[in-house]
Amino acid sequence: MGVRLILKDGFLTAMLSGEIDHHSARELREEIDETAMRTKPQMLTMDFSNVQFMDSSGVGLIMGRYKLVQLWGGAVSIANLPPKLEKLISLSGLRELCTIVKDVKSDESEE
Amino acid sequence: MKVKNEMSVSFPSNSANESFGRAVVSAFAAQLDPTIDELSDIKTAVSEAVTNCIVHAYRNAIGMIYINAKYDEKGTLQIRIRDKGCGIEDVEQAMQPLYTTAEGEERAGLGFAVMESFMDKLRVTSKPGKGTTVTMQKNLARRVMKNG
Repeated sequence: MGVRLILKDGFLTAMLSGEIDHHSARELREEIDETAMRTKPQMLTMDFSNVQFMDSSGVGLIMGRYKLVQLWGGAVSIANLPPKLEKLISLSGLRELCTIVKDVKSDESEE
Repeated sequence: MKVKNEMSVSFPSNSANESFGRAVVSAFAAQLDPTIDELSDIKTAVSEAVTNCIVHAYRNAIGMIYINAKYDEKGTLQIRIRDKGCGIEDVEQAMQPLYTTAEGEERAGLGFAVMESFMDKLRVTSKPGKGTTVTMQKNLARRVMKNG
């Protein structure tokens, strides 16, 4: 479980991994927010390629980050969603708030 | 329900036990040879129910969470998740999608909606001050034959 943050040209990518539930979401939220508030990215990309499990706490995590980056006019995109998380994302209505992108390769230059 | 196999487990409402709760039910459900999608549905629904106990039922305290799971010859899996926490005044309202009483904690208000759409049956009974019981069913029927 964890998150790796990559900042490039005003775009922040959060590479999430492991299982996202109510227990793990708190730490993920703190780590993402610390960097996001400092760098105020135009786009926050949350990459789910290495997420094995997620419940509605993950939906709360995405919604919360959406509200945060809205403060400076930024946007959130959801990248590389594994097929088994698609049902949850559809149910959540997040497609109305965030762009969903596939096959995004991330740079390795770490923030 | 003519029970073919059954298990019970209980643990305190520490959030670290959310993953334990869904893992133990998932291991039990594996006896019915579910698909990866079905197993993922079960894990997600259990995670929602256990999280509700931790976030809502035992809001400012630690209490016990009781899980019972059983299945019958037809491959119907029934999971019951029970707490002795604060209970829900208005179950119908609590089950509305996006309704949450934990606004400040980034709860999406989707717990019951997920349980309802990921499982085949959901029943919630609650008594304020006494606790809540969530009973869910998933039909894994077509696979039961080969497990004899």
